[in-house]
Amino acid sequence: MKATTAARPEPICGMNTWMPVPARILRVREENFNTRTFTLQFTDEAIRQMYGFLPGQFNMLYVPGVGEAAISISSDSEQHEHLDHTIRIVGSVTRAVAKLPPDSIVGLRGPFGTAWPLKEMEGKDIVIVAGGIGIAPLRPSIYWILNHRSLYKRVVLLYGCRTPEDRVFADELEQWDRDGSIQVLVTVDNATGDWSGPVGVVTNLMRRVKVNADRTVVLVCGPKILNRVAAWNFLQLHVPADHVYVSLERNMNCGFGRCGHCQLGPKFICKDGPVFNFAEIADIFTKEEM
Amino acid sequence: MPSAPPKVAVYKFSSCDGCQLQLLNLETKLLELVGAVEIAYFLEARRRVLPPPYDVGLVEGSVSTPEEEDRIQQVRRDCKYLVAIGACATSGGIQALRNWANVEEYARYVYAKPEYLSTLETASPVASHVFIDFELRGCPVNQYQLLELVSALLTGRKPNISTHSLCIECKRLGNTCVLVAQGKPCLGPITQVGCGALCPKFNRACYGCFGPMEQPNIPSLGQWFTERLGHTPRDMKRMLRLFNGYLEPFKQASEHYERKEKGG
Amino acid sequence: MTDQKIPVGSRQFLPRSAFEELFAALHKEGYSIVGPKVTDGAVRMQPIGSVAEMPQGIRDNQDGGFYRLEEGEPELWFEYVVGPNGPKEFFFPAQLPLFEFHVQGGRFDLDAGPPQVPKLAFLGVRPCELAAIDVQDRVFGRDDPGTFRCESEPWYLQIRQEALLIAVNCTRPGGTCFCASWGTGPEAAGGYDLALTELKDGFVVAVGSKRGAALAENLSLRAPSGAELELATLKMELAREHMGRQLETPDLKQLLNESIEFPEWDDVARRCLSCGNCTMVCPTCFCCTVSDGSDLSGQEITRTRFWESCFSHQFTYTIAGPERNTIRGRYRHWLRHKLCTWWDQFECSGCVGCGRCITWCPVGIDLTEEAQRLREGSTKHKKRLGVSHGE
Repeated sequence: MKATTAARPEPICGMNTWMPVPARILRVREENFNTRTFTLQFTDEAIRQMYGFLPGQFNMLYVPGVGEAAISISSDSEQHEHLDHTIRIVGSVTRAVAKLPPDSIVGLRGPFGTAWPLKEMEGKDIVIVAGGIGIAPLRPSIYWILNHRSLYKRVVLLYGCRTPEDRVFADELEQWDRDGSIQVLVTVDNATGDWSGPVGVVTNLMRRVKVNADRTVVLVCGPKILNRVAAWNFLQLHVPADHVYVSLERNMNCGFGRCGHCQLGPKFICKDGPVFNFAEIADIFTKEEM
Repeated sequence: MPSAPPKVAVYKFSSCDGCQLQLLNLETKLLELVGAVEIAYFLEARRRVLPPPYDVGLVEGSVSTPEEEDRIQQVRRDCKYLVAIGACATSGGIQALRNWANVEEYARYVYAKPEYLSTLETASPVASHVFIDFELRGCPVNQYQLLELVSALLTGRKPNISTHSLCIECKRLGNTCVLVAQGKPCLGPITQVGCGALCPKFNRACYGCFGPMEQPNIPSLGQWFTERLGHTPRDMKRMLRLFNGYLEPFKQASEHYERKEKGG
Repeated sequence: MTDQKIPVGSRQFLPRSAFEELFAALHKEGYSIVGPKVTDGAVRMQPIGSVAEMPQGIRDNQDGGFYRLEEGEPELWFEYVVGPNGPKEFFFPAQLPLFEFHVQGGRFDLDAGPPQVPKLAFLGVRPCELAAIDVQDRVFGRDDPGTFRCESEPWYLQIRQEALLIAVNCTRPGGTCFCASWGTGPEAAGGYDLALTELKDGFVVAVGSKRGAALAENLSLRAPSGAELELATLKMELAREHMGRQLETPDLKQLLNESIEFPEWDDVARRCLSCGNCTMVCPTCFCCTVSDGSDLSGQEITRTRFWESCFSHQFTYTIAGPERNTIRGRYRHWLRHKLCTWWDQFECSGCVGCGRCITWCPVGIDLTEEAQRLREGSTKHKKRLGVSHGE
């Protein structure tokens, strides 16, 4: 597999794009009370070699007999032995995955969707804004940046979650910050335990960052309200709309723009997204029930 | 590793037994089912009774007597996952028609010695008494939905039971709309899917035995029926008050048409 | 070059008495015929074996939420227009088993694929249907062979390639028809193998493809007279002028984009039942859900694709609830998709003017009226804004 930022890799699939490919659960890591990271490996060696994805893309994760859910890939796109999926246990499929012990077989279809603009980000300051589980699809882009650190200028990660215990990838957040390779600012809604860091919504953290509007690229992924507020706040700081990227979520069924479920106005989120250039969707993004 | 098969209990309250029969009508599938679960309590089918607690309880029938009022509390305590099955259990059923009338008067019409009866003023759905985990609509329930419910519980997923209009299923099955092509007052556009569009398949209007769909627009269909198809508010009231009359929003709508009927 | 006598693009005449030869010719080529037949008070496209099964002397009376068959010219076979279904039901079935498989160790073992593709000849495809087939061809990826395709699409492409289309031009448009507004009818412009225009004594036959020409070789055709051709043209002109409905199409996309927050949507939301009938009869709607069924043991898994409707709550369901929670939002999405965002997605209109959504809406909601209401709203709201600016 070649690590690439250019062409989107072809999705891997069984006899066709509707047919999942089996993968084994190698490890399960508890991130917080309802979020776990599953490390998966395709059972077929040849598929392992063929499979490639770009940071920001997702897979349809399948639990035999239960169903599928769109889950973003949270591991390093430049290693292809295994894949991480960080899952919040909230729905039918995610609950079923959560019950599976290591070594169980699940299915994967993908990768689908658009990626973070790693190429356009080169030579720029980068602000990454994540809320809760929204950090999962951003983690591969952070790995990419760390692997190619010299290509990028200042990199800041602003992360918000409910409580300190809710932090996803908590030790990595600390490690990245310690390394000094990227600046990590975390805020929580409720300070519990011995938390002495910032309290409040993640967009408050923006005040602590100097944004050079003309040379900053912003990546946002979180709940709908965070996506909106963060995007608008950066626009107010005069960051051009086409330098702001958001990753959106919808109910997806096919993953490649055929079933119609995930439409947002003219866009199929599975195919035209999940990562959108804000300029593309600014006119419909703030309207309800699109 | 095979764990112990889940224990299933089937209860009857005020009902006609038709929903329990749907379970028995599964026949070959029932045998598979019996292999996958342990029928711990099902008086209609077998005499043997295993002691509670049970993993899954299926309740048929409405709560209409003081005795049932107490028993449903015990049933809830005995079952981890409780499912109301059929129109009686989910809406009060056809016997809930008495909720708009005088029970004593009704009893006098039907029984020679009504004083032997001990009955509540109203027949009500199970959910008005205890928390239920899931419900299956229909008079009777659809056997494939029953099977889907059990398979889903066995695999630990959410049952694949849709709540949209009957029309979508009716059209998928290739039926011609009896409302549009024959002017029959079909309740399909406000009724929940699940029956397999049985009535329209045989050129009959749906009479809503699966109860209201998600967000039904009853006023709009009612307006069409009264203004275009010549039905009266009384007709509307009677259409809505059949198997699921006591279930919102059919209940509220039927009361609206009753007021119109009386007020002109 | 073959020595075919009947050139593609030519027009022929098929006498009424020879119409039945079509069936024999199609059967000889190994086609199963799908054609019009009356069932439950409506003309439906369904498998037919002979001309005797076709409706004759019958026409339809269509209006919002209303469809009735009545007596027509006794000898005519095609005086009605589109019924509740069409070729879509065959190309993109309401329920298609995709495959069956079971989990075997670390493998998913395939037990069965999709059903075999039948070889179908459609008799009596209306021009709006041809337009709709063209739309679905785009949806299912005809124009982008470079992109990967899902399983169902090889199935779609295959059944489409196999299918023979015998179109019938509409000499008597229906009460809810507005194909003339889109230019998709009443006369077929292309995409057919043969196209018939029914006259009293027979049919003017336009030959649209080599396959059509080959089929025509088996029929007792003759050259049409000048009068017959002129009559056919006249009938088309008359039909064009007598459409049951009209839709002002040129600036629809812009109208639908500027009207997103108009109060007019609240009005239609009060009438719309969100029952999904319009999406089920629409010849271009493609939304579907693929779901798994399993046996009680959970070992044998069947994956099936169903028609889905954007009017259902579940359609946009996420853990945060449905994305479009109100009927207003769902109707607006549907109408905008048909008339506006379809252009962005597939570079064509999602509406072909067949009028089915009007006829088969249980409460007669009329797409052309709703578009007109928005148009009037637009003028009104603009005027109001203009006044306030002036003050």
